[in-house]
Amino acid sequence: MPPPDGPFRPADDPIRPAPAGTVRIEVAGEPVQGVAGQTIAGILLAGGRLAWRRSRTGRPRGVFCGIGVCFDCLVVVNGLRDVRACQRRAADGDRVEFQEDDRG
Amino acid sequence: MAEPHQVPVLVIGGGPAGMAAARAARRGGRRVVLVEASDDLGGQYWRHLPAERPAAREDLLHHGWHWFRRMRDDLLRDPGCDVVLGGHVWSVDRRDGRPPLVHVLVGAPDGAGRLPRAYEPTALVLATGAHERTLPFPGWDLPGVFTAGAAQALAKGERIAVGRRVLVAGSGPFLLPVASSLVRTGALVAGVLEAAGPGQLARGWGSRPWRLLAAQAKAGELAGYVRDLAAYRIPYRTAAAVVAAHGTDRVEAVTVARLTPDWRPVPGSERRIVVDAVCAGHGFVPRTELAIAAGCALRADGSVRVDDGQRSSVPGVLIAGELTGIGGVDLAVAEGLVAGSVAAGRTPPPAAVRGRAVFREFAARLAAAHAIRPGWQSWVDDRTVVCRCEDVTAGELRSVAALTGSRGLRSLKLTTRAALGLCQGRTCGRSMEEILGPAGLLDAGRTAHRPLAIPLRLGELAASTVVGEDVR
Repeated sequence: MPPPDGPFRPADDPIRPAPAGTVRIEVAGEPVQGVAGQTIAGILLAGGRLAWRRSRTGRPRGVFCGIGVCFDCLVVVNGLRDVRACQRRAADGDRVEFQEDDRG
Repeated sequence: MAEPHQVPVLVIGGGPAGMAAARAARRGGRRVVLVEASDDLGGQYWRHLPAERPAAREDLLHHGWHWFRRMRDDLLRDPGCDVVLGGHVWSVDRRDGRPPLVHVLVGAPDGAGRLPRAYEPTALVLATGAHERTLPFPGWDLPGVFTAGAAQALAKGERIAVGRRVLVAGSGPFLLPVASSLVRTGALVAGVLEAAGPGQLARGWGSRPWRLLAAQAKAGELAGYVRDLAAYRIPYRTAAAVVAAHGTDRVEAVTVARLTPDWRPVPGSERRIVVDAVCAGHGFVPRTELAIAAGCALRADGSVRVDDGQRSSVPGVLIAGELTGIGGVDLAVAEGLVAGSVAAGRTPPPAAVRGRAVFREFAARLAAAHAIRPGWQSWVDDRTVVCRCEDVTAGELRSVAALTGSRGLRSLKLTTRAALGLCQGRTCGRSMEEILGPAGLLDAGRTAHRPLAIPLRLGELAASTVVGEDVR
């Protein structure tokens, strides 16, 4: 059992995932590295980012449902808007941007 | 229009019910196409790490994992079963007296240039599952508040804990596996709060408890989660709820309160707890949009009506799993086996029929023990956002209800923009129905009507109506 107040290291993981490759993407112009097979939401959350969108009245939004139902986690991927970050697996070279123009 | 593929049995949804239906239809000798939106089978229940990252002990996070793997491998190896992964059903065209045409886009979620395909099934099995329902509370739209299902999906599918110190709250047995997954992903679970009180729980679980023995597998699974609560010293409280989340840009604390049997917060029982994440879930809602679009009749509770052979009211359209009422994995598999057999023109296996009866009884208990009680609305103040897509507050909904009296959903949506956002009311629909219900504005299930099952890109909509040899 991992220490509850320390980071969760792969070595502590009881299900013992195989060592995974990396995936390299760009988030708002910055290079970011993730674990191969991770979703874009997974990479953002793992990097400590909880919110990346604003609702119509400017309230912060990130992942809520995690299964593609709520559409809170939308991002721009390679120039294409309204991609659900929790559903899209990151691919090497993906350019992820935040969409800020949802405000009415 | 792309020429439709003729297919004896088309199954939509690759979770437990859809997989079981596909297997049963194959055993019945029919060719099967199984369409699944994600890039692997298993559904939300058997959500797991991707192929790039195989785990040695994935079974620690799952019940029935080895059984799932066997069924999955059988389906993928079977040349008579075409498993279409990344298949997003976006519309169905009704046809009189037979199953509808089914239009699918194949490709990455929300991608551009996905390939259109159309299927003309002799029998159609819908196994589209359910999504979680989370009751709104002040601050529930702060980052750091997740559905319980999101915590589960991120833990199982990515090995990410949604927070370091997490409170799990809501109602229903699903909260327990979520707490178990969180502690196995390195989080500290500050507690599990079940809104149902001891009386409600006992009425659901306590009457005729011997019937539970017949559902032993399920009871055993729950016992495992209860052992986890003890092993990890996770406090479990009944008749308790998160009634507010606090923070500016993210959750920093929550207020929890004791609840009356009707789920009203008991004045003076409020307590503040410091957490960095909340996982809230109050049961599940069947994902009925395709069934509704196909013309299937619903029950008063919004689930799809079926007969003993899992047949819906539309000839040739069968329904399996959570669509017929929330019942869990065992019921979903039993219904899938029956539906797949009937779709193949065979008699359903007697064991599946017996299992279905037992697990339906179990599901009825769950529904009674954890049913949402109307007092929840008293913790929703007028400033609480109900529709997260359009930031429509409870106050706006209540004033519209007071001003306009009994009017339709359409005028309500146009007045408030509620349920007009991208999620099309999936997240807030049932809560809206309950807030407006007393004013006679909305009946249960009304917000589940959606002409397009998923948002489409205009280019794809245009392309899918053009004949193209390359798309077949």
